[in-house]
Amino acid sequence: MTAMTREETQALIQEVLEVYPEKARKDREKHLAVNDQSVEQSKKCITSNRKSLPGVMTIRGCAYAGSKGVVWGPIKDMIHISHGPVGCGQYSRAGRRNYYVGTTGVNAFGTMNFTSDFQEKDIVFGGDKKLAKLITEIEGLFPLHKGISIQSECPIGLIGDDIEAVSKKAAKEINKPVVPVRCESFRGVSQSLGHHIANDAIRDWVLGNRDESKFESTPYDVTIIGDYNIGGDAWATRTILEEMGLRVIAQWSGDGTLAEMENTPKAKLNLLHCYRSMNYISRHMEEKYGIPYMEYNFFGPTKIENSLREIAAFFDDTIKANTEKVIAKYKPMMQAVIDKYKPRLEGKRVMLYVGGLRPRHVIGAYEDLGMEVVGTGYEFGHNDDYDRTIKEMGNATLLYDDVTGLEFEEFVKRVKPDLVGSGIKEKFIFQKMGIPFRQMHSWDYSGPYHSYDGFAIFARDMDMTLNNPCWSQLTPPWKKAA
Amino acid sequence: MANIMIQRDSKGGYQFYLPKRDLEDGIDSMEFDTPEKWGGEIKLSSGGTYYIEPQPAPARLPYSVRAKRIDAAE
Repeated sequence: MTAMTREETQALIQEVLEVYPEKARKDREKHLAVNDQSVEQSKKCITSNRKSLPGVMTIRGCAYAGSKGVVWGPIKDMIHISHGPVGCGQYSRAGRRNYYVGTTGVNAFGTMNFTSDFQEKDIVFGGDKKLAKLITEIEGLFPLHKGISIQSECPIGLIGDDIEAVSKKAAKEINKPVVPVRCESFRGVSQSLGHHIANDAIRDWVLGNRDESKFESTPYDVTIIGDYNIGGDAWATRTILEEMGLRVIAQWSGDGTLAEMENTPKAKLNLLHCYRSMNYISRHMEEKYGIPYMEYNFFGPTKIENSLREIAAFFDDTIKANTEKVIAKYKPMMQAVIDKYKPRLEGKRVMLYVGGLRPRHVIGAYEDLGMEVVGTGYEFGHNDDYDRTIKEMGNATLLYDDVTGLEFEEFVKRVKPDLVGSGIKEKFIFQKMGIPFRQMHSWDYSGPYHSYDGFAIFARDMDMTLNNPCWSQLTPPWKKAA
Repeated sequence: MANIMIQRDSKGGYQFYLPKRDLEDGIDSMEFDTPEKWGGEIKLSSGGTYYIEPQPAPARLPYSVRAKRIDAAE
């Protein structure tokens, strides 16, 4: 199928919207748009960060997911208590494959689940005593932990427990930071507010802890902010930065430690990958400590090259020379990857629906392989995300915010992309429809996808999925003869 | 009254940020923009207007300041 014109895309949106009752249609209409590169401000064409409609299938998470699952969870040497009933912690345990180095249960706690397991009596009489006891127990059982964060689940806010008071008292007793995070799931419209709350908690309880202490800094200290080390992403990024001659003093928060976070204000430049979840803390550090931050994109050789040069521009000539060396070193390797996979992937069309930074960041990587992204959308993006997306996407392509199950399915049926990239909840429906699918949240248990090393894996995975002979053999269950 | 943050954008102009609502916007004009007197009415690209009590210009941006919402587009 050839590319759709603006009118065709607009007609498609209208057709999909037809099934909704009028009120729902009006609301959903604002969240779907045809991309127009001439638009400067996204809010003129698309609405985002609004409450999902009751009754539709949304793919969003909650504030607790944003705080515990994304921002705090990967900090490996802290213990993150899921404070409330047991389910929230247990069902999200170790789901994001934030890789780390360490011995789980001794000095690293990333894949473990700590919860206060609320029962009826805790709801009725309050859970503060239980929390205090839990912290004492943790200190006895896991003495090598470096700190504790308390991630509130819904009931904590509803019954009005004073977790701040418990934290302050416990922090004095165990002489380690105890951070209360008010990330009750009913706050906000999606996980996005959870990121914000988590960032604010880091700002208030962690960041200033070592302002007075000495630190042997170099002029080349940088931090990686907003890389969660999914499948080892942050490690692949780190090696490239170190090859450039920079010193990475902190990783936020994939494979990160509490000490790294506390030392972040000593950096010369904050490198921000996931803008959506960590821009808050970067802005704060820019104001309070005067550390500039820079958004970079490490997906696909073209974008990596641009980003590396932009990063180098902050530093002196030795770094700039090193950067050119690094780029020259990897260029033939990347060319070999492109030569191998581009003939097999050229001209294929992709639809994406993910969260955070990927709906716009991975476009470059697909383009390096000769593929085209024909539709993209954010689960929980804000206007500033769409501002940044419009320029990356082709004209007359589809943009969808907080897309519903029905809309996504209909769009895919009509646009007929060669590949869909989204999450686990969308995976099986599209596979049953015979459409190649990659999970772009967890890299489908592969990875890393960031940086030069990651691109080779990315290209291989896309080829492996797209050119798999199984897709033509599939008949969806609902099309089978009875 | 709202806490806002004023920062430089990539083109050297001012940028407006409202943390509470994660609103990022360009600033089209600022009433006073001299080292001694800075602030006043600021007009946003979205059409909204905020008012900052005129004050000496901050030594360094970004800068957080209390502002009064006069008219917001959304």
